[in-house]
Amino acid sequence: MGVVIAALTKVLLVALVLPLAVSIMTWVERRGSGIIQMRLGPNRVGPFGVLQPVADGIQFFFKEDIVSPFVHKPTYLMAPAVAMMAAFIAFAVIPFGGTLTLTSGQQVKLVIADFDAGVLFLLAASSVGVYGVIMAGWSSNNKYAQLGGLRSSSQMISYELSFGLAVIAVAVLAGSLRPIAIVEAQAASWWYVVYMPVGALVLLISGFAETNRLPFDLPEAESELVAGYHTEYSSMKFALFFMAEYINMITSAALLVTLYLGGYSVPAFVSSSLGLEGNWLTFAQLIVFVLKVSFFMWLFVWVRWTLPRFRFDQLLQIGWKALIPLGFLNVIWAAVLVWLGWV
Amino acid sequence: MDALLTPACCVALAAITAVEAKLYIAGIVALVSGLVVVMHRNSVIGALFLVLNLLSVAVMFALLDAYFMAVLQVLIYAGAIVVLIIFVLMLLNVGREPRGGPGLGVRLMALLLGLAMVFALVRAVRSFTPGSEDGGVLTEGYGTVSQLGEALFNQYFYPFEVVSLALVAAMAGAVLLAKRYLED
Repeated sequence: MGVVIAALTKVLLVALVLPLAVSIMTWVERRGSGIIQMRLGPNRVGPFGVLQPVADGIQFFFKEDIVSPFVHKPTYLMAPAVAMMAAFIAFAVIPFGGTLTLTSGQQVKLVIADFDAGVLFLLAASSVGVYGVIMAGWSSNNKYAQLGGLRSSSQMISYELSFGLAVIAVAVLAGSLRPIAIVEAQAASWWYVVYMPVGALVLLISGFAETNRLPFDLPEAESELVAGYHTEYSSMKFALFFMAEYINMITSAALLVTLYLGGYSVPAFVSSSLGLEGNWLTFAQLIVFVLKVSFFMWLFVWVRWTLPRFRFDQLLQIGWKALIPLGFLNVIWAAVLVWLGWV
Repeated sequence: MDALLTPACCVALAAITAVEAKLYIAGIVALVSGLVVVMHRNSVIGALFLVLNLLSVAVMFALLDAYFMAVLQVLIYAGAIVVLIIFVLMLLNVGREPRGGPGLGVRLMALLLGLAMVFALVRAVRSFTPGSEDGGVLTEGYGTVSQLGEALFNQYFYPFEVVSLALVAAMAGAVLLAKRYLED
């Protein structure tokens, strides 16, 4: 019974924290873009505009929900739900801390689902997420939306390959696809970014493309496609796509942190010099994990407001002709490292 | 409903385990969505139901403790291949299939091929003896990545390599066919 309650608590916690993080991110994004463009950004709602996400949320709820009469209704209504569901499911295998010991002596691992092919599960869930975009694009019965859906499907297929290759290299070094085992293997040696900087770079760039973030946000390039696949969506349906995109960003940052930057692990010399052990260590791990992910979330914002958008053919060229060969070289490099016994 | 059927039906329901019940549900979903794939006139809807079909097969793998297979089923078939199928359908703007359909010859051919397939499947199912090898007990580490990898690269090494070679040949052939007219 205790196991079930612990699992439900973890699910509920993650399901609450992710949307909260999304609302914080919308504020960070808008204030961050303000800083980068030397302007203020939203600063009227609450101190420094921190209540802006609340105002946005209320606005989303009370906007008129328009369903165009020309849409294919079942698909149109399901699309935002599919996008959101895939985004939530993907996060299930990310470990966000070590083991928590309850007063009853029960050990709780701070990960929702800990199983053998965990990293692949994340890839599978995020690859199902593309159906949200495709269904939205197709069912809207609108050329801009359809083009956005088309672009998105080809983009996701292309970058999934390099994404997978960067993951495989980590599996070669760690000898496992279980996220916790990968984190522990890194804690025992060095972070894998030290061994394979190229792999980390490939994963980072593919992460930008997989989450449709600028400079790769071609599926919703507003200068050509109005708003791309979600042109016909309004109110909370649009908000669901928006949230799914931000949750995908969080998952992708968390995956990069877990696979290449030591995940939640606190370096041994730090924990011993601070005398951290037991639940305090777990708490420190949680903070370390959140800090690392936050850094990458800021990087997402930073890049978005700094770089211009690529052309679509450039995007596919980068994917197929640069990232995939680099990914393969990185896998070979990982095999060489293991063969030489350096890891 | 026939009243005589009820007791037998209840006995049958009591005899199946929870896993079997879930397997039956997944199987029914797979069959129904498979039927929609072939029978729906809108090919994009058909392709979307193919995703549902593949997902329910993945659920069956997961229920049988083959988690790695389940994940691969979703990752490769649902996540990549059907995305490509839908991509092509959307690119060519394939709309609703017109009523009427193919002529008598094609229908006869389809019937013959379908019957041949049913015959082959029935033979395959009848020759299968369930749980004969180890009494249905799962071995340690069953369905894990490492065990599947070991089987693939030791026991089934040559078939695996032959299949990958065949796939590369097919891919090269497809590229050649697509590029043939561009060069002249």
